[in-house]
Amino acid sequence: MTAKQQIFALIVSLTVFVFTIELVRKKRLREEYSLLWLTTSLLMIVLIIKYDWLIILTNLIGAVLPTTTLFLGSILFLVLLAVQFSIKISRLSDQVKDLVQENALLRHEFEKAQLLMEKQPDNDALKKRL
Amino acid sequence: MSDTLILIPAYNEADGIAQLLRSIRQAFPDADLLVVNDGSKDDTSAKAKESGVTVLSHSFNMGYGVAIQTGYKYACTHGYEYIVQIDGDGQHDPAFIKELLAPVKAGEVDFTLGSRFLWHDSYRPSFSRRLAILFFRKLVTIIIGRNITDPTSGYQAFNKNVMKFFTSDIFPCDYPDADMLITLNLAGFSIREIPVRMYANPSGKTMHSGAKPLYYMFKMCLSILVTLLRTRKFYRR
Repeated sequence: MTAKQQIFALIVSLTVFVFTIELVRKKRLREEYSLLWLTTSLLMIVLIIKYDWLIILTNLIGAVLPTTTLFLGSILFLVLLAVQFSIKISRLSDQVKDLVQENALLRHEFEKAQLLMEKQPDNDALKKRL
Repeated sequence: MSDTLILIPAYNEADGIAQLLRSIRQAFPDADLLVVNDGSKDDTSAKAKESGVTVLSHSFNMGYGVAIQTGYKYACTHGYEYIVQIDGDGQHDPAFIKELLAPVKAGEVDFTLGSRFLWHDSYRPSFSRRLAILFFRKLVTIIIGRNITDPTSGYQAFNKNVMKFFTSDIFPCDYPDADMLITLNLAGFSIREIPVRMYANPSGKTMHSGAKPLYYMFKMCLSILVTLLRTRKFYRR
């Protein structure tokens, strides 16, 4: 890995790290979603600074170039991110389903009570419930 | 209030819903009727209300499975003992409600499933549909160890215990068919098929259009696989 490549990778990783922290600070990104971004960018920074570790990791996974290891790490990160989003979307879909059902049931109860109110306008107990 | 609720999920059925509700009332007057309007774009809700039945409306279209589960939740909250489920598109003949409900009311079984293939003059689905039904029929029959002829039928009746079970997260809201029968079997509910007459959909609409049949096959196979991979503890009531 040339010095140029190292500097470029370091700048990119640092930018991602700082940008993520900034988004969390401004409350535009929830902490739970920042975890993967921060971990990956930190890992990249460590591997770029500790070049020996990157070489060991490259030999361990059987890659030829250290840059390949970094690219592989990025792809793995994107896959993990996509899986995290899929899990979250599934949970949100379930929650939307429950809300729609509850809304339908409550709307029915409300309409029923309204109808009863029209029939018995002097019913104080009903007025309180509404 | 009756102890039986007839649940009719409906999506854009304004043209036929009033007629269907009339036929259900004629065939089975001793039940309360509930229409779950699944975010229809037409007057389904208004037409059903005009007929004097209870209507629950989803804010937007959520699909067949979610609509029927809303009905189960309503039935549980209001203390109904039995549910008969009949499609809002007029495919299911209401004359068979009594037959479907009788074994459940007598306590012989927990769940009855209307089978178009056990009745002599039901309509024949399209070739591709028949092929899919045949595939799931064989699969369900092998897995639960008894013959099921119409695993994709939505014409069903069941008791309070099944109703309560279906209001939980276990219920497969995304096309509840064959996987639902396997889940019921694993949870220890007894199932019986009853011959019923079904007609071809008068409007020609189907929830299996475009690429949906492919997704349906994939979803059902995956759902059956994961259902089998779960431990019995998962289905404990």
